[in-house]
Amino acid sequence: MSLLEISNLHARVEGKQILNGLNLTIEPGQVAAIMGPNGSGKSTLAYVLAGRPGYEVTEGDIRLDGESLLDLQPDERAARGVFLAFQYPMEIPGVATMTFLRTALNAQRKARGEPELTTPEFLKRVREAADHLEIKQEMLRRGVNVGFSGGEKKRNEILQMALLQPKLAVLDETDSGLDIDALKIVADGVNRLRSPERGMIVITHYQRLLDYIVPDVVHVLSKGRVVKSGDKNLALELEAKGYADYTGEAA
Amino acid sequence: MPAIQETVEQVRRIDVDQYRYGFETDIESDKAPKGLSEDIVRFISAKKSEPQWMLDWRLEAYRRWVTMREPTWARVEYPKIDYQDYYYYAAPKQKKGPNSLDEVDPKILETYNKLGIPLREQEVLAGVTRGDGTRTPVAVDAVFDSVSVATTFQEELKKAGVIFMPISKALQEHPELVRKYLGSVVPITDNFFATLNSAVFSDGSFVYVPPGVRCPMELSTYFRMNEKNTGQFERTLIIADKGAYVSYLEGCTAPMRDENQLHAAVVELVALDDAEIKYSTVQNWYPGDADGKGGIYNFVTKRGDCRGDRSKISWTQVETGSAITWKYPSCILRGNDASGEFYSIAISNGRQQVDSGTKMVHLGKNTTSRIISKGIAAAYSQNTYRGLVSAHRKATGARNFTNCDSLLIGNKCGAHTVPYIEAKNASTIFEHEATTSKISDQMLFYCRQRGMSEEEAVALVVNGFVKDVLQHLPMEFAVEAQKLISISLEGSVG
Repeated sequence: MSLLEISNLHARVEGKQILNGLNLTIEPGQVAAIMGPNGSGKSTLAYVLAGRPGYEVTEGDIRLDGESLLDLQPDERAARGVFLAFQYPMEIPGVATMTFLRTALNAQRKARGEPELTTPEFLKRVREAADHLEIKQEMLRRGVNVGFSGGEKKRNEILQMALLQPKLAVLDETDSGLDIDALKIVADGVNRLRSPERGMIVITHYQRLLDYIVPDVVHVLSKGRVVKSGDKNLALELEAKGYADYTGEAA
Repeated sequence: MPAIQETVEQVRRIDVDQYRYGFETDIESDKAPKGLSEDIVRFISAKKSEPQWMLDWRLEAYRRWVTMREPTWARVEYPKIDYQDYYYYAAPKQKKGPNSLDEVDPKILETYNKLGIPLREQEVLAGVTRGDGTRTPVAVDAVFDSVSVATTFQEELKKAGVIFMPISKALQEHPELVRKYLGSVVPITDNFFATLNSAVFSDGSFVYVPPGVRCPMELSTYFRMNEKNTGQFERTLIIADKGAYVSYLEGCTAPMRDENQLHAAVVELVALDDAEIKYSTVQNWYPGDADGKGGIYNFVTKRGDCRGDRSKISWTQVETGSAITWKYPSCILRGNDASGEFYSIAISNGRQQVDSGTKMVHLGKNTTSRIISKGIAAAYSQNTYRGLVSAHRKATGARNFTNCDSLLIGNKCGAHTVPYIEAKNASTIFEHEATTSKISDQMLFYCRQRGMSEEEAVALVVNGFVKDVLQHLPMEFAVEAQKLISISLEGSVG
């Protein structure tokens, strides 16, 4: 069985139709890159997968491990293993990152009927994950994303992903706003999380990220549908030729 | 439906269902006839066997009150109050005042048990555990409707020289102290509600900490309004003599009723040279139902006088209840180098209206004050911070720092900030910071994507918002306050 099956997905936001019959399948262990021009529906797809309120599915289905996600709340989807690394992570003043991580992890464990982690076990896991991402303990004591640089915010997203160990990770333009050093650290963190069970959707506008996170498959999105799929060379081709071939017809 | 809307829906439902203290205790009570007149004032004074000077004081207040008009400057709206439609005295029926807990009506004790206020000392000893594992006993004075029913830990306090008793009893046993300080911070002419209180107050707590004594335990009063159509007018007077220290906690609840109940308390604090008073409140009066029916009208005058040099008064409040809140715990910084603090969390929900803040009046040299106010408004509520910071001509070197933040949940509520700042000398330094923010759909979605339920997400964000203030509450209260915040905003989780 596929990990994720998206079939004939139609979705709209504020009355505007964005996804128009999108089909996509992710196998366990697969890293799929989704590329496409601005407005093609990349971020909408990410939000629809995570169940963001206001993103209305009008037709089609999304199945994770065979189970439809459409009627599930965002937190229920999270507990089933859907993780979204945000393009613009939110700031939460006064809430220490450590507290946030712990609340999130325990909420998911509770929803799955697992016991809460003990404090030493929790701290150990955070420390391990943080070290790999060059996140200092001091940063974990600060308010969630408050005063973080662009790179720190993205590393914090990957830290959460490492801690929550999702089945399906969706990375929404994780490369935006990163310099090359930060990009390497983030990509390294993501690669470390590749596993035979886990699927990943890497949404990006540029090929650059895919030099570091090498995808198994590349899908091109245009006008809310997958219009072409290929291997990693497709990304290089897009880099050279641009998206004109895929947007031209209606322009 | 957007997440925020759901929160608001939920919050609206919760108003009615979640007020946990809305039970009534069925006990016989001794009431004065309805309405207010000189005769009623005399009746109350006679009930308490008060000295003549006290009766005269009350009558003077009453005669003054008759000439006064209810203030209208606060940003609250309510139907005109018919002051003749209230009972001004209600007491649990008893032949005489209780000498020990065994003489207190068991039904009253049961009520306090339901509220989680352990009156019996052994329970107190067993119940309160501090963060560091040591146990700190809390002496409790419980006020039921207008009358103080029990004060615990009398003996132990006596050993330290601390006087902690109902003010009615203090009038009998320490009339000279009461006479010296009563009305010296909030004079009988002060304002409409304080003047009303001066005329009809029936009980409250009295604390005197002698020079150089650090009160060995937290003192606590729990106010419970039970009788129908009853006004509760308690009067609290706390004096910390030179070099003394006392920490005082106050909690309040009331049954759920359709009619509005009136509460007009006065709290006076006096800190002499080098003395320190810390006063904390968790106010959880019944807020009314989702349509704004019922609830307590809370018109309270709280003022501390830093009368001595280097004295310090600190107010910390968590306000979650009442239909109307009109309350400005203030500090008069009279002594040189005196300091005042005000830490406040005011949460309004449903149709609640809060107009609260503080006054820091700098009169002495090098006086300092600090104001941290966090207002949270949800549903259809209105939440106003109103504050005055002033420095007198002679208050050279006065300093104030004010930080005043508002958080909005949903888009039907309102947050308002009305700061008044007056500096009459050039060496004053006043700083004012204010922010208004909203729990956005995006912020909630971010938390929920990580696995938190909507309730957990709101609680997390709100707790982050109020953290600066919570840490100033005594440990036992901080825990209670945190729970209260969760309950009043999104109902019980899990």
